[in-house]
Amino acid sequence: MITKVVMPKLSDAMETGKVIKWLKKEGDAIKGGDVIAEIETDKANVEIEAFGSGVLRKVIVDEGGQVPVGDLIAVIADPAENIEPVLAGAPKATPSAAAPAVTGAPPDPAKPAAVPAASAPGPVPATETYKSAPETGKVVPLTPESGAPRPQPAAAAAAAPAGPRLVAAPRAEAATGGRVKASPLARKIAAQRGVDIGGLQGSGPGGRIVRRDVEAALAAGPAPAAVAAPAAAPAPTRAPFVIPARTDAEYEDLALTPMRATIAKRMPQSKAPVPHFYVTSEVAMDRAWELRAELNALEGSPKVSVNDLVIRACALALLRHPGVNASFQGNTIRVYHRAHIGIAVALDGGLITPVLRDCDVKPLVQIAAESRDLAERARAGKLRASEISGATFSISNLGMLDVEEFSAIINPPEGAILAVGSVAEKAVVVDGALAVGRRMRMTISCDHRAMDGAMGARFLQDVKRLLEEPLRLLV
Amino acid sequence: MAIMTYREALNLALREEMDRDPRVFVMGEEVGLYDGAYKVTQGLLKAYGDKRIIDTPICESGFTGVGVGAAMLGLRPVIEMMTFNFSILALDQIVNSAAKMCYMSGGQYPIPLVVRGPGGPAAQLAAQHSQSMETYFYHVPGLKVVRPTTPADAKGLLKSAIRDDNPVIFIEAETLYAVKGEVPDDPDFTIPLGKAIIRREGTDVTVVAYMGMMYRAMEVAEELAKEGISCELVDPRTLRPMDTDTIVSSVRKTHRAVVLEAGAGFAGMGSEIASEITEEAFDDLDAPVERVTGENAPMPYAKNLELLKTPSKAKIADAIRKVCYR
Repeated sequence: MITKVVMPKLSDAMETGKVIKWLKKEGDAIKGGDVIAEIETDKANVEIEAFGSGVLRKVIVDEGGQVPVGDLIAVIADPAENIEPVLAGAPKATPSAAAPAVTGAPPDPAKPAAVPAASAPGPVPATETYKSAPETGKVVPLTPESGAPRPQPAAAAAAAPAGPRLVAAPRAEAATGGRVKASPLARKIAAQRGVDIGGLQGSGPGGRIVRRDVEAALAAGPAPAAVAAPAAAPAPTRAPFVIPARTDAEYEDLALTPMRATIAKRMPQSKAPVPHFYVTSEVAMDRAWELRAELNALEGSPKVSVNDLVIRACALALLRHPGVNASFQGNTIRVYHRAHIGIAVALDGGLITPVLRDCDVKPLVQIAAESRDLAERARAGKLRASEISGATFSISNLGMLDVEEFSAIINPPEGAILAVGSVAEKAVVVDGALAVGRRMRMTISCDHRAMDGAMGARFLQDVKRLLEEPLRLLV
Repeated sequence: MAIMTYREALNLALREEMDRDPRVFVMGEEVGLYDGAYKVTQGLLKAYGDKRIIDTPICESGFTGVGVGAAMLGLRPVIEMMTFNFSILALDQIVNSAAKMCYMSGGQYPIPLVVRGPGGPAAQLAAQHSQSMETYFYHVPGLKVVRPTTPADAKGLLKSAIRDDNPVIFIEAETLYAVKGEVPDDPDFTIPLGKAIIRREGTDVTVVAYMGMMYRAMEVAEELAKEGISCELVDPRTLRPMDTDTIVSSVRKTHRAVVLEAGAGFAGMGSEIASEITEEAFDDLDAPVERVTGENAPMPYAKNLELLKTPSKAKIADAIRKVCYR
């Protein structure tokens, strides 16, 4: 069977994608589910998996090449299968387009010399094409018509701006040319900390690199093979506060990264047509603060952040106010009965909003563990496509940057977003007397087409109540 | 809290639930006049009479079927298997009737049935009477399967099983009946089905075990602590529904897992748990999940061979050292 590998549609807004890296070479045996390539989408770098098994017969779009969603980027087939019809059929319409694909590819070592002649006159084998459906994660076969892709010239690759690489470390396989044995945890830590795993000696069975090997390398200081890790270990002391010297150039024009271009395109699509209104409330966070300290003192429990408390409070409040958990759909308003909450994560080159699904039924510790995992993988560029779409509500928290309050722009098709400020000690009036209390301000932005001010206010009142009676977050 | 045996804890659970709900009754071989083959039902006939404590002929398929029918009509039967090996004779009633009746009647007939009794390897009970019978049941959608390790769990989980509206397979152990432990005497004390418990906290490796294997794991954990290996012991308590969250979050912390199982390992509970861990926590693993299981052989009668068939402390310790790369 021949499996066409096409540029997957990994988010609602994605129109083109760029092949960052092939993790398999032509001639490599492929099993369904193998990660075969890293793709740069408009939002993040995503690994794509093979949907069919066989041999990677042909890489059509080289590393760095950018093509529209749906275009053929590679062909997986049995070694003896004749793939010429697939290769010939695809680029036929634009002959010039075929050139980079064919000349750029190394000779296929797996292809037996006799095969093309022998099988060429035979019947065209059945082919199957797949795409990912981000909403469901299901794999749905494409019809042959829509699946017949046309690769585009990879010429854009050279001119493409060098966006920030979200993948922290190069693949060990690439570094050594062979497979490096390492435990999944060792790989994860190495990727997060920017250690080139290919340069390590494994101490596990058969030379497997395990956690202690990576940690030993980290403890030994920057290895020669280690790539620069911008997010190095958190320094306990304050970073020096330096004002850069004046440059000669009066200004410079920075190329838009795909992520910045997407943000620039999408935000006016929200702010201009969506009539935003804003409601702000102040929350007494004293009890929530104490509860969090108690929870975090428990051994072995995942650390809970203020934002985790806010996520849990919003999820519960959304159940009581489904009108806020709603999306304006033109002729209807879609009211969600699930709280899938998008959590804005700041990145060097922009931001991304991974989605924590079903927050309404997840206990606080699970929300804490999963939100941390999502944020870490968002920063490492390791989110799966299904994790960056499908939110029904979003939260943006700038509290860690000492922001008292701010207003966020709704991320359509969602109907509301909550902007959360920092928890600060303030002079407050309690029972007529002045006291010191912890306060946090939060502002909800709502789509006035789908909901009204009082709805947003009542929702916010419940979020406030849940945070001020924080034991409710635990039951 | 009172100190009592596992057997007494079960007896107390039955009494409390019979006092609480007149629909609860007990049926099985020798549960009445003989006070139960393992004395779990001791004194119940005298206290509750022969309408609620019913001695049956030696016919598991028959009295289990009567239990299913009674449950359909609104009673809450507790069926005792003298040993769970005999439940093989009642498999059709349990698998085809009890497990599926609610589904096939469109929810008209929930089956609040408990089938309980001892199972698993004991002391020289040989090939036919030493089987870990849970493996036959947790595969079946519609059944809940409980294996309580401690006296407190025996009481709290049996009470939850009796109150549950689904058929629950509740497998005790001959070797644990005399184990003593603290048991809450509050008649409202229950332990929810589907909740695992961490019996010992640790940082280096997660060991998943239940029943006799848990006791063995506790001894191994003590010994390995001297070598500097800190074991976290997780007891699923309910095998179906399985509390995967607790197991997986423990593995996310320790990065290594060993699963123990008294029965033969092929397609056993260890395989299922290892697979869940791999699916849910692959990127957190620093070593492949190890299983320590009984040998794939019928249980021998000879004492020395019986010891070889079940997972020894030495095998458990070796597996733990292996995943810790020691």
